[in-house]
Amino acid sequence: MRPHRASRWLYPRPEGLYCEPGGFFIDPVRPVDKSVITHGHADHARRGHGAVLATPETIAIMKIRYGEACAGAFQEAAYGEATAVGGVRIGLAPAGHILGSAQVVLDYDGSRVVISGDYKRSADPTCSPFEVVPCDVFVSEATFALPVFRHEPAGREASRLVESIRQQPARTHLLGVYGLGKCQRMIALIRAAGYDAPIHLHGALVALTEFYASQGFEFGALQPIATDARTNRRDFAGSLVMCPPAAIADRWSRRFEDPVTAFASGWMRVRGRALQRGVELPLIVSDHADWPELIATIEQTGAEEVWVTHGREDALVHQLSLMGIPARALTLVGFDDEGD
Amino acid sequence: MQPFAKLLDQLACTQSRNRKIALLADYFTATPDPDRGWALAALSDGLPYSLPLRRILPELMAGTVDPELYRLSRDYVGDTAETVSLLWRDRRKGAASATGDNRSPPSISDVVMTFGTAPRDCVPRLLAETLDRLDISGRFALLKLLAGAPRVGVSARLAKTALAIAFEHEVGEIEEVWHAVDPPYRELFGWLTGKSAKPDPGSRPVFRPLMLAHPIEDEDWARLDPGELNAEWKWDGIRVQIAAIGGHMRLFSRTGDDISKSFPEIASAFTRRHCVVDGELLVVRNGDVAPFNDLQQRLNRKTVSARMLRDYPAHVRLYDLLFDAGEDLRGLPFEERRKRLAAWHENAAPPLTDLSATVRFSSFEELSAIWQGTRADGIEGLMLKRKSSPYLAGRPKGHWWKWKRAPLTLDCVLMYAQRGSGKRSSFYSDYTFGVWRDDGPATLSLEANYGSETDAHAAPGELVPVGKAYSGFTDEELRKLDRFVRTNTLQRFGPVRAVAPTLVLEVAFDAVQFSTRHKSGVAMRFPRIARIRWDKPAVEADTLTTIKALIRAPATL
Ligand SMILES: [Zn+2]
Ligand SMILES: [Zn+2]
Repeated sequence: MRPHRASRWLYPRPEGLYCEPGGFFIDPVRPVDKSVITHGHADHARRGHGAVLATPETIAIMKIRYGEACAGAFQEAAYGEATAVGGVRIGLAPAGHILGSAQVVLDYDGSRVVISGDYKRSADPTCSPFEVVPCDVFVSEATFALPVFRHEPAGREASRLVESIRQQPARTHLLGVYGLGKCQRMIALIRAAGYDAPIHLHGALVALTEFYASQGFEFGALQPIATDARTNRRDFAGSLVMCPPAAIADRWSRRFEDPVTAFASGWMRVRGRALQRGVELPLIVSDHADWPELIATIEQTGAEEVWVTHGREDALVHQLSLMGIPARALTLVGFDDEGD
Repeated sequence: MQPFAKLLDQLACTQSRNRKIALLADYFTATPDPDRGWALAALSDGLPYSLPLRRILPELMAGTVDPELYRLSRDYVGDTAETVSLLWRDRRKGAASATGDNRSPPSISDVVMTFGTAPRDCVPRLLAETLDRLDISGRFALLKLLAGAPRVGVSARLAKTALAIAFEHEVGEIEEVWHAVDPPYRELFGWLTGKSAKPDPGSRPVFRPLMLAHPIEDEDWARLDPGELNAEWKWDGIRVQIAAIGGHMRLFSRTGDDISKSFPEIASAFTRRHCVVDGELLVVRNGDVAPFNDLQQRLNRKTVSARMLRDYPAHVRLYDLLFDAGEDLRGLPFEERRKRLAAWHENAAPPLTDLSATVRFSSFEELSAIWQGTRADGIEGLMLKRKSSPYLAGRPKGHWWKWKRAPLTLDCVLMYAQRGSGKRSSFYSDYTFGVWRDDGPATLSLEANYGSETDAHAAPGELVPVGKAYSGFTDEELRKLDRFVRTNTLQRFGPVRAVAPTLVLEVAFDAVQFSTRHKSGVAMRFPRIARIRWDKPAVEADTLTTIKALIRAPATL
């Protein structure tokens, strides 16, 4: 199979996916002169680049996580705004993954390539929905690229959590979530499910949640738990505490009375993964596209060729070959294919 | 099928035993017959049949999913039933890809009946139709049910305990009728819910709950009179009950599991008798009781080779007689039952059995001297039974006591610590410890290196693991140990940390045996942490030679 001609100007290098005429990398894994960043997750947005082009939200998130001076220069580009660098037209389109997440749309030499970054198609009250951008080559993530992955409707999963809190008022519900995106989406879903008591937040979740709130999202009453606070175990009985996943099995969690451990992630679809983490209440909620979403999206872009990255490339490449769509795995290192 | 599926989902995610019991109890109370009975069968002894799904499922899937995608999915998920439950196209009405199957989900009894009577060649088609009517959890439950072993962390004993709690009966009563009833246990539930009489075993051999002993405590002696007690040796095998009636016999474990198949020679020794006896199952060669390790070779085997029978000959040392023919002796005093046992044994003379000897003594001083000698004699300790005690189910207070020989102790060095589970998941609570190897040239290992850095003296050599313990310490000590592990970590392997070999643990244990599991070639039985020796330098811990010297020859009494 002859690769698409776009691969002459856009190809992987050790630092990441490189656009030669523009001289920039997309989500590079080590410091480079010029970068385009799809979204604020740590495996995509790293510190130390000379210049960063991203959505205003992504730039704000990077500054919160890494400090104001985490890149030499920042250039904001809102969804739909175009910039040109070295003859390459760069546009950003909503990816529906987290607040500020973008697909990178590159036009050059008569071809259009869309790099999806991380994306999902199901509704999320905390970010703009994914926008289908017709293109010649679609570079798709593949975190959940196996036919066994079909996420549940997120609202229903949040209701299950709220129901469990009501049924077990003597216990603390400890919900593990990633700090950026999943945390805020879950808060919004839990509120929509009718839970209006204060939600307690582990210190590591506070700054980014405050940022979301400053962007106009309503989260109701949130109470940060100071990391060093000496609290009475019973203070949290019957309440909901959210924390980073690692804190669930950490010394930090000992302050809670007989906690119900819950974890919101697409991996919870597979029993072994829930058991491995010792999760009592697995919630199948993901910010990544599931199998049907991946396939539908690829079809909708009308791409002649698909490059698959970051996840279970083999299954998606195989599926696309069955559908008659040329596809190949793009070997990019440094991405977290355990994203949830 | 939906309530059962939900139960399996919840059980899979629950670690606490009490919470599992509560889930099961709720299910058994809320579910009607015969569904709950089939569920109980699935969770305990299994359905009357199981289907070869391992063969059927891949064939069934081949028609709906690309084989390569099926293989990749199966590899990822790691379980065929779960993979199929996830991959099966949802055809229920309202589901995303509905083609209009709007029949309601089948009940467990529908499923059990349908597949129990279906001709073999119809099974794949029936299975596809049934899968079509279920959601992911339901499909998983269906496949686990039909495959015969749901394996959801529930033992038969736990299921019976839950029944007892749900219907406010003693678990012993349930165990007693268990072998008199069959799935879907209508008579059992009828009796439990007070609608019908207690199931009558009729002419079947059934389990009678065992009478168990308490460990003797210092304060017990004051209340005891030597003249009221009968003493016997405590044997290191497994406690069993043999029930025989009308040409049938069953060998039961302590919890009422039927283990007759693993011990055909005992089965034939009892087949044409009419009794219920209590005893200790042992491996005995030429009158010598072999170590427990030998008996272990015979446990949990479906088929027993002639070689097994010859190399590990089973034997039952009899303690008690519960039924003589149809006569229930359990209300008689122990002394009386003991006489009846001796008379019955003399008369019936079943091969591969003998009577547990009575240890004569006239004072507790004398008994204590005998007890002191048990270790040297290779005996596990003494059993004390009140001569007047009836045979009571469970562990009644004030009747039987076990007086285990004093434990051995050794000073070992903490090597690895592993995170606990459940309530202890934030603690490093499982400890692997070792002793110094002194039986060869000292190799310079990582541990030895660290040892020599942290100790003033040079390390004596290499540490080799000899056991693992997760009990014997207080909550306060657990917190201190956890802190020690976190601040002395050398390396992390997932949930396990290798620690600097500087902390000495005084480990108490019952015995040492040869083992291939540890690099040291030995393993401790029943180890627990007796004391944490914060004060003792690691170099002064014990050596492999010391521990090997504790491996004993078989008992000859
Ligand atoms: Zn991401
Ligand atoms: Zn990612």
